[in-house]
Amino acid sequence: MMRPYTPKDNVQAKSYYTDRFWVAPRVPEEPVPAEGVYAEDLEAVKAKHEVLKAYIQRGQLVIHINPEDNLEVLRILKEQRWYEMLSEMSAVDFLAERGGFEVFYQILNLNTAKRVRVKCFVNENQAVESVNPLYRSADWAEREMWDLMGVKVNNHPYLKRLIMPDDWEGHPLRKTYPLEGDEFAQWYEVDKIFGKEARDIIGPENRDPARVDRYDTERFARLGHEVPRGAPAEDEKETPVQYQEEEGVFMIEKLSADRSKVLDRRK
Amino acid sequence: MAQHQVNYTQSGGLPVALTTVDKILNWGRSNSIWALTYGLACCAIEMMASGASRYDFDRFGTIFRASPRQADLMIVAGTLTKKHAEFIRRLYDQMTEPKWVISMGSCANTGGMFNTYATVQGVDRVIPVDLYLPGCAPRPETLQYAVMLLQQKIRRESANKSQKPKRLV
Ligand code: SF4
Repeated sequence: MMRPYTPKDNVQAKSYYTDRFWVAPRVPEEPVPAEGVYAEDLEAVKAKHEVLKAYIQRGQLVIHINPEDNLEVLRILKEQRWYEMLSEMSAVDFLAERGGFEVFYQILNLNTAKRVRVKCFVNENQAVESVNPLYRSADWAEREMWDLMGVKVNNHPYLKRLIMPDDWEGHPLRKTYPLEGDEFAQWYEVDKIFGKEARDIIGPENRDPARVDRYDTERFARLGHEVPRGAPAEDEKETPVQYQEEEGVFMIEKLSADRSKVLDRRK
Repeated sequence: MAQHQVNYTQSGGLPVALTTVDKILNWGRSNSIWALTYGLACCAIEMMASGASRYDFDRFGTIFRASPRQADLMIVAGTLTKKHAEFIRRLYDQMTEPKWVISMGSCANTGGMFNTYATVQGVDRVIPVDLYLPGCAPRPETLQYAVMLLQQKIRRESANKSQKPKRLV
């Protein structure tokens, strides 16, 4: 199940270029074979629940079901078809295209080494049933899904944010969430530690990490030309790098440059 | 009474050194800067390397402490996330005066490459910083130099002045 290898020898040397009209290739969907393990899996699910769509992608069975059936479908697959491990579950943001999320469960049969992906589509405010009673690994995965995507989970034993702080607002992995954060996120630490009235003192975040202002001696110092904090930058004169004061320090031997040795070659 | 005679004038001067209280206090402070282990991300590896035998912080009297109550210096080594910001402030408040802060690496200085919603854009938004140390990550030599600069700064301060409350940030 490895991805096909594409040579990337000179990928750094090539100029950066993206084709606006390039369409990302879709992984082909093949029909489910009439017999074999996957056909039996599909039969077992179809006997009890509606299957919206089923196909084979990269040798793995993908089943689309209704979101209400998720726990029962997984129960069939676990107890009758021995898919005993939930290796991954999360949600994919389709808010812009379809107004909801696609929740997927990737399960593994440890005897046959076969993998099945069960997918269901939920609307923005629709909740899914927790699969925690079947798979313990769903516990944190569902908390993470709630935390980062905002997909609610019913009957979860402890649905609390997993990654973001408990008092966070918003769900940062949604595509509509700005990368640099909304207003709440940008002032989060200031509001929490000092209170909102400190916003004026501390000021907005500097979102340009490469910003250097030579004449702003409040925030920047020029190495070898330092001036006291806040003094005008024009006062600068060359100050050599010094490891100690001129007159030396009590009981500490002063480093003299001519007694130190600089290696011209790595040992 | 001494059992044997000591000839002070012959053995290189009196065993007495004259100095000021300021100097002796600052000398003591600057040569026993105990640092709080504050490794937050990859920069912490370089901080650990500075403490280990090759670079050997102990010869500056800089010994890492695991408790803010015993520490004089906080080396913020790494990415400070917004979730952690309140704890860095709390630990800073728990340190006893006099205390100093070194912000180590681009992440601690400005948020570095993590220009995102979850990273504090510079620890100086939360705690006052004495020394900013550029680099990603700064080499152990750089951290050593920073500690030596901090020693100079401490020796220049007046030791027994009443502790001015530091700026908010
Ligand atoms: S400055 Fe660089 S090395 Fe240091 S914590 Fe940030 S990313 Fe890691």
